[in-house]
Amino acid sequence: MISTISLRVKKKIQNTFLFLFASLSTVIAIIPLFSIIFEVVKNGIKAINLDFFILLPGPVGESVGGIANAIQGTLILVTLASIIGIPIGVITGIYLYEYGREKKSTLISFSVDLLYDLPSIVVGIFVYIVVVSPMHSFSTIAGALALAIVMIPIIAKTTEESLTLVPSTISEAGIALGIPKWKNIIFIVLNSAKSGVLNGIILAVTRITGETAPLIMTSLGSTFWFSGINKPINSLTLLIWRYAMQPYPSAVEKAWGAAFLLLLVALALNLIVKSGGKSK
Amino acid sequence: MNEDEIFHLFSLAVASISLLLLALIFVVLVQYTFPVINKMGINYFISTSWNPVFGKEEYGILPYFLGTVLTSFIAILVGVPVSFGIALFLTEYSNKTLKNYLGTMISLLAAIPSVIYGLWGFFIFRNFILEYIERPLYHYFGGLSIFSTTPTGLDFLNGGLILAIMIIPIVSSITTEVLEQVPTEIKEGIYAIGGSRYDVVVHGSIRYSKNGIIGAILLGLGRAIGETMAVSMVIGNATGENALPKSLFSAGQTLSSLIANEFNEANPTSLHPNALIGAGLVLLIMAVIVNLSARMIVSKYKR
Repeated sequence: MISTISLRVKKKIQNTFLFLFASLSTVIAIIPLFSIIFEVVKNGIKAINLDFFILLPGPVGESVGGIANAIQGTLILVTLASIIGIPIGVITGIYLYEYGREKKSTLISFSVDLLYDLPSIVVGIFVYIVVVSPMHSFSTIAGALALAIVMIPIIAKTTEESLTLVPSTISEAGIALGIPKWKNIIFIVLNSAKSGVLNGIILAVTRITGETAPLIMTSLGSTFWFSGINKPINSLTLLIWRYAMQPYPSAVEKAWGAAFLLLLVALALNLIVKSGGKSK
Repeated sequence: MNEDEIFHLFSLAVASISLLLLALIFVVLVQYTFPVINKMGINYFISTSWNPVFGKEEYGILPYFLGTVLTSFIAILVGVPVSFGIALFLTEYSNKTLKNYLGTMISLLAAIPSVIYGLWGFFIFRNFILEYIERPLYHYFGGLSIFSTTPTGLDFLNGGLILAIMIIPIVSSITTEVLEQVPTEIKEGIYAIGGSRYDVVVHGSIRYSKNGIIGAILLGLGRAIGETMAVSMVIGNATGENALPKSLFSAGQTLSSLIANEFNEANPTSLHPNALIGAGLVLLIMAVIVNLSARMIVSKYKR
């Protein structure tokens, strides 16, 4: 009798412990999320005014000026990178889906995985060596190339996954109609997987919008407007990184303001992907 | 050649870009690392001196390698149990709606750009750990060597803990996936012989999904090794001898933070850029080994 009771008590204690461990862990993980959002909004909102969006950064240490060239820079870098990275990523994904049974494709699929895992700063070093060094100048195009390389494996993998999810009956129906294979893939299978592919693209765009490391040694950052793809360019991420470490409160305030903008974009794009994923 | 064959060749050519890039990255990094290894020899890997001044150049990456190992280790030590707890909460204690909301929230942690983690770590988290973790530990346990440096909040501990937060989304989501695949028969079997939920989790789920959990941990480790920006802002940026991990509260440097912090200051005619590129090569090799092993383990669990 006593042993059954003590066994029951022991089990009760074990179960309670398990529940406490699980729920505490969840709370511990969510606290930083809220703290980051709260602090970024609280400190960032102070920096936001019209000048913040339309003016160039003022002289170091003075509270005048804005971050307009960083906003412009991020837009240009992300657009250029997307123009290069999206087609390559999507076509790679199509190849892996359609010809995934070929011997050659194993090697390609393996490379895509490894490229996906590469620390992004390594990509920056690579572009520095092959683009910046021969051109003798940091440049917008070098930054865009680095970001494109970060994008390609993300898009390739999500495209392949979304194509795999398309029921084989759809693709077979196309083949039965006698449509050439490539038209079948592009117009029927890819079309059915469109929302998944689009989600992957948004995911990749979100990721490169927040990238800093590969830009340090490629696009460098700048205090001026964009002045050509062979010249350095600023970005929100580089601005946050540099301004946060400066001893001037006005610079730190701008860093928080830029972080506010960046976080807003990142979270919004991410929630779009999440809701898109659910509607499928 | 018909149109399908053209399409095949075209897509093969485009897909080969990834293979080409990967090969080029490796070859180019090796080629640019060679000059510094030529000069320093084995000392490049085992020396602690770091001096970019022309004429006195000396480069040893041991402290930064150890910095990467230590911060990643802290990240795993703290991040993995928390991630496992989250996975348990989602699979054992949540209904579908709660699971959905919590899952989304945890995944938002992965959406926050690394540089924002750095900003938060530098201005907010630093004060928190300084006040509530480092000073008390230093005060009561300062005799222990791992707590023996006067705390500043910009140190290995801050770097490691930020990394712990950053790996939670990936480790917890994969652990959740793995735990979901534990067959109901196993769980019900343990309940049927009078087991409690604790018995089910400890003797059933964990034992059954051991490999998957190891894979998840390795993926988290891969993420931690390559992470750059956040760490570069909170680790204190010591170089040379000073960057050797003396305690959790000493300022340090990781391979990636070293590259981020010094690349733009390196004189292109010196060996300094080569020394940094070599750090990148070591980082690349570490990341590839860890991620490859993780992939091999996790892929068994997919579909």
